[in-house]
Amino acid sequence: MIINHPLLGPRDAAEFVYLGDASLMNRPEWKGEEASDEQTEKTLDAYHDYLYIRENKAGEHKELWYHEQGDRSWLIVTRNTITHGISKVELARDIAVANQAKGESKK
Amino acid sequence: MRYSALRVIKEALTGHKGWEPVWRSPEPKKHYDVIIVGGGGHGLATAHYLANQYGINNVAVLEKGWIGGGNVGRNTTIIRSNYLLPENEPFYEYSMKLWEGLEQDTNYNSMVSQRGILNLYHSDGQRDAFVRRGNGMLMAGSDAEILDQDGVRELYPFLDFENARFPIKGGLLHKRGGTVRHDAVAWGYARGADSKGVDIIQNCEVTGFDIKDGVCTGVKTTKGDIGANKIAVCVAGSSSRVMAQAGMNLPIESQVLQAFVTEGLKPVLPGVVTFGAGHFYVSQSDKGGLVFGGDLDGYNSYAQRGNLPVVEDVCEGGIAIMPAIGRVKLLRSWGGIMDMSMDGSPFIDRTHIKGLYFNGGWCYGGFKATPASGMCYAHLLATDTPHEFAKGFKLDRFRRGGMIDEKGVGAQPNLH
Ligand SMILES: Cc1cc2nc3c(=O)[nH]c(=O)nc-3n(C[C@H](O)[C@H](O)[C@H](O)COP(=O)(O)OP(=O)(O)OC[C@H]3O[C@@H](n4cnc5c(N)ncnc54)[C@H](O)[C@@H]3O)c2cc1C
Repeated sequence: MIINHPLLGPRDAAEFVYLGDASLMNRPEWKGEEASDEQTEKTLDAYHDYLYIRENKAGEHKELWYHEQGDRSWLIVTRNTITHGISKVELARDIAVANQAKGESKK
Repeated sequence: MRYSALRVIKEALTGHKGWEPVWRSPEPKKHYDVIIVGGGGHGLATAHYLANQYGINNVAVLEKGWIGGGNVGRNTTIIRSNYLLPENEPFYEYSMKLWEGLEQDTNYNSMVSQRGILNLYHSDGQRDAFVRRGNGMLMAGSDAEILDQDGVRELYPFLDFENARFPIKGGLLHKRGGTVRHDAVAWGYARGADSKGVDIIQNCEVTGFDIKDGVCTGVKTTKGDIGANKIAVCVAGSSSRVMAQAGMNLPIESQVLQAFVTEGLKPVLPGVVTFGAGHFYVSQSDKGGLVFGGDLDGYNSYAQRGNLPVVEDVCEGGIAIMPAIGRVKLLRSWGGIMDMSMDGSPFIDRTHIKGLYFNGGWCYGGFKATPASGMCYAHLLATDTPHEFAKGFKLDRFRRGGMIDEKGVGAQPNLH
């Protein structure tokens, strides 16, 4: 597989380390100091799902790849798990910053 | 029809006209006591033991393709009982004991060959880890023997002992481990189940579940709706796809594992050998081909084929311990979809939906588990209580902190 790095151009996937589903970027909020038992249970459920449960889609899949043998950037690759065809590659940083900005504007 | 030496002679003398199909091809009934989704090794073993051990034979196995076309017919056929953790090793030892009696039980030649497995070690630390593992195996009633370099030389004199980077210092020998003719396992179990009245229905894909008020009462299939009291899903690499139809997400990622076979050679390799410094394992099939494999490709995949970096890595591993195979030609390679779980261990459990059961998460080690998986799943279906050797294989174990992580690498499926 060839990953078209947004900064470095086409690179062999063997240069990268695969982490998994891009939803791993969306870590849930930890419970507050004064959380009730109910809130604690909820937080633990959210963490359980975040850490262990995967949609594991057949088809288009957004996933995290780390360019360890290159510029050490994290990429979000949109790849079809049935054909291995890659349709989009983005810098994870750009997405994280954009998400943060969205979160800030909501507050 | 029972198979026997006498029968073979009789058929030989009468022009082989008396052989019958190994199983029937019935049309599905409207309703069964138990429907098993997936006609792989585990599904067929479950049906066999349900009918033969638990007296439940109003059972259908629904297979979307043909039986034996999934991982049960794609793996490198290694069976072993050399796990470490107390939730795993008694289960795999039980499986080994069932393998030892399989051919008598199913009256089918599955070519169970206990030719021994040797895990090589290359450093003192690795030796110590193998001593610990060997003790764990002995405690569960399995067999284990630590060999020093001379011991390994006696068995496999042609290995590259003086390799500059990874000299071979010795190995952990598990004599009862070995190989089994993989698709004969599927056929033998199919025959065993069919002979007791189980319907094996091929080209019948499950496309949905009938679930109402938290109770599952049947499945939708490409051959129409079929009702059942209990529905047992057992679809290995397709686990997430099938369970999504019941609205469930699982602690599983599907990834591709490749395997390779060379041209046929004269007998060179008496047992199974694994490299301890890279990932490579090899045995020789009865046809003479070297059958080998290594790491997962390492990313989510539902394509039953992998990529070239793994081909290179696996072949390098092979050359590192067996330089003699350098000129052997590779004949074929293929891939299968692994249901990689978050701790590398499987699930045999009920779901929160009444009547719906799940068996999966076998990673790349489910072939050896086939008999015990079938027996434990049949036990669960028949009694609604977990089998004593499958108590740890629960779906909620991550929430309770009950992970069974042999490698200790955490929730990273491509590292298990
Ligand atoms: C290359 C490779 C090497 C391996 N080597 C080893 C080894 O040496 N030792 C070992 O112990 N294990 C090994 N394994 C793992 C082992 O093969 C699997 O863990 C095991 O076979 C999985 O169980 P199964 O036989 O029931 O799966 P499968 O044979 O895959 O059965 C699942 C079945 O479900 C069917 N199915 C899927 N969706 C549906 C649907 N919607 N409706 C109906 N049917 C459906 C599929 O068609 C398939 O036939 C290897 C696997 C691979 C790919």
